[in-house]
Amino acid sequence: MLQEFPEENIESLATGAWILGTGGGGNPYLSTLNLRRLYADGARVQVIQPEDLADDDMVAVVSGMGAPLVGQERLKDPRHMARAVELMEDYLGRPFRAIMALEIGGANALSPFLAAALLGRPVVNADCMGRAYPEAQMTSFAIGGLSMFPLSMVDVRDNEVIVARAESWKWMEKISRAACTAVGSTAATCKAPRTGREVKDWGIHHTITQATALGRVVLDARARHDDPVAAVLDHAQGKQVFRGKVVDVDRTTTGGFLRGKTVIEGIDADRGATLELAFQNEWAVAIRDGVPVAMTPDLLCLLDSLSGGAIGTEAVRYGQRVSVVALPAPKILTTPAGVAAVGPRAFGYDIDFESVFQ
Amino acid sequence: MKRIGIDVGGTNTDAVLIDGDSIIASIKVPTTQDVMSGVKAALAHVAAHINDTPRPLDAVMIGTTHFTNAVVERSRLERVAAIRVALPTGASLPPMCDWPEDLYRAVDPMIFMVHGGHEYDGSPLVPMREDEVRDAALKIRDAGVTSVAISATFSPLTTECEDRAAEIVRSVIPEARITLSNSLGRIGLLERENVALLNAALQSLGKTTVQAFKTALDDIGLQAPFFLTQNDGTVALADVAAANPVFSFASGPTNSMRGAAFLTGLSDAMVVDVGGTTSDIGCLVGGFPREANNIVHIGGVRTLFRMPDLLPVALGGGTIVDPETGAIGPKSVGYRILQDARVFGGATLTTSDIAVAAGLIEMGDPALVADLDPDFVQTALARIRAMVAENFDQMKTSAEDVPLIAVGGGAFLIPDEVPGASAVIRVENAGVANALGAAMAQVSGEVDQVFSDMTREQALAEAEAAARRAAIDAGADEASLQVLEVEDIPIAYLPGGARRVRVRVIGDISFG
Repeated sequence: MLQEFPEENIESLATGAWILGTGGGGNPYLSTLNLRRLYADGARVQVIQPEDLADDDMVAVVSGMGAPLVGQERLKDPRHMARAVELMEDYLGRPFRAIMALEIGGANALSPFLAAALLGRPVVNADCMGRAYPEAQMTSFAIGGLSMFPLSMVDVRDNEVIVARAESWKWMEKISRAACTAVGSTAATCKAPRTGREVKDWGIHHTITQATALGRVVLDARARHDDPVAAVLDHAQGKQVFRGKVVDVDRTTTGGFLRGKTVIEGIDADRGATLELAFQNEWAVAIRDGVPVAMTPDLLCLLDSLSGGAIGTEAVRYGQRVSVVALPAPKILTTPAGVAAVGPRAFGYDIDFESVFQ
Repeated sequence: MKRIGIDVGGTNTDAVLIDGDSIIASIKVPTTQDVMSGVKAALAHVAAHINDTPRPLDAVMIGTTHFTNAVVERSRLERVAAIRVALPTGASLPPMCDWPEDLYRAVDPMIFMVHGGHEYDGSPLVPMREDEVRDAALKIRDAGVTSVAISATFSPLTTECEDRAAEIVRSVIPEARITLSNSLGRIGLLERENVALLNAALQSLGKTTVQAFKTALDDIGLQAPFFLTQNDGTVALADVAAANPVFSFASGPTNSMRGAAFLTGLSDAMVVDVGGTTSDIGCLVGGFPREANNIVHIGGVRTLFRMPDLLPVALGGGTIVDPETGAIGPKSVGYRILQDARVFGGATLTTSDIAVAAGLIEMGDPALVADLDPDFVQTALARIRAMVAENFDQMKTSAEDVPLIAVGGGAFLIPDEVPGASAVIRVENAGVANALGAAMAQVSGEVDQVFSDMTREQALAEAEAAARRAAIDAGADEASLQVLEVEDIPIAYLPGGARRVRVRVIGDISFG
């Protein structure tokens, strides 16, 4: 069953996806603008439920890759996302039935919509992170042990790359990241193709619906002048980790990632305490007065305390009033295999994963 | 410290003379059609009191809402050309693709996208196509457009493409007034480009405005240095300010909020400043306007630079009321209120006429609005109240009631009871809060450069020290300096851990 994705849902999807981006995945504004322009030109996108895919349907998994900061300068163009899908079809010699997002977090939630609007293929109501993560092996497909190749990558200068094979997810990440960094830390990619069966077994389902509903809760709360942060906590069964004011941000760019930490001084109930929020593209670990209190794979979201809007790791700045909120992770990410792929040790922290929801 | 502060709104021109914390003289006059005769009248009035106290006059601080009004009203804007050096990136999102349609039409832009720009590491994206820039410049020249905004990818890190493109444009159009996006905004191409384009659209207005102020001061014989107030509550020398009108965008409301804090003694409250053309609603925190965290919309355009968090509303004492439908605004009679408003014998129905007819305020001749249908007056008044209530509510940050300070010449339009306000506070001299805030404005010092071969802490410390020196050189009192803004961007793949650091400090003017 195909369902048209109505134009009025674009903003809700973008708002919710930005929160699920946990600081990364890129601000969806430009993708939203691109999608609106495509809709204004008459394009329409249909959504297909994962359970409606046939087992042997081929599904393209797309994402923009690179540093969000770069994407704010090198504005994305839907044609490149569509081209990445076509390049993969050319390579495979088979057409895709549908297109799905690698991650539902941030701008990449809209990436399949941009390609779909140009290619007339439906978008699958699923992704393989349930949030945003910086590396290729940090997906439910990788956790499920599925194949990691081939991969197609398209850049604006007419460079097109196919990674035909990779020895492991780590190698796929290493090779594709090196190629991406070489072309300026931003590129459109089509990841390893999936069958309908694989999407049904290992995809994280209905995340477009989830992101759209989360975004609508925030927009509605704002309109009613309710506390949008409270609305997020209530709707998504989240937990407030900290509330305060940003007093320092330290960023470095290494190997194509944006790394660093944000220091937040507590207010209200957290007055007197300090929270350090470390990130690698996305928020990874929250350390309160030297003690880790929340960490990946739980979703750590930094929200503007007033608007409830998400604040990205590249946009956080001194003086912002913020709420650090944890949302429950998709189940697969909290399994032993999931924690090995996306837990604190995957980000270089020598600590055991402990969920705030246990 | 003795200063004259003057605020030139679309409708009223206010001036004050202060000596330390004392208001020596103040006046409110209608802004005249030529603007400057009103300015001169106001200046002459307060200048006559300069010798009431022994200290000499230190400075004249001028705040003007001209530039914002031009954008909000979509008038007095210059036709602009946009040159973006970014292809092959960004083709699907051309310059001004996210502007409101009416503003787009008012600026009637010529848009050019050319190949070039830089990567985040300072290397070229693709070689800049100078022939494309030259072609664009020729077309711009042939169209008679002289205001040009130039943007390029990652220009805050390296200005090379914007600088070179400007050289080429200047070689073709020597009289071109060029705004480079890197001089105004931050990382974020569309937003930085938007600020540059708004600035470009205001070039003529900036130049004529400052020249007119200069003449007015000369005519009165005021010899003191003369500044324009800026968005952050600081001042810039008038000639410098003229080239960057966007830095004066929010100076009016900033001044009035600072003035409101001074007059009421409240440092935390909401403030609504009602001028003749627009109202601005903001939030005072610790005596200063709360700053917007990120994106600020100006006239519906996304921008990214340091601005107070304000909600501008097209509602003022001169706002035109449609006599048929009762629709309010957005056009205003502005400075022509004394000729055009019905109570002053004119033919245009304004919110002031409605207020007089309803008995909210006495001005002009009430007999001239006696013919208005009382039902029509009540309906229009209800619309005005609804506009105030809705916008106030939008700016509030909590469900709790907070005090609302009503200042500005059109403060009578604010009802005594506003839903969500614990009280509506009116104070003496509220009408000249703007001018008072201008007179109190501070100076700043800024540094924006790349530091290499040092730790982040060292780079920040060096930058802060340099910004402090710049502020002291600009006339700041060293003891009053405080850091207003710190931003640093690491530049990858350059040797020595290079990082661009921008620091801005602010302080009182030293009259030692």
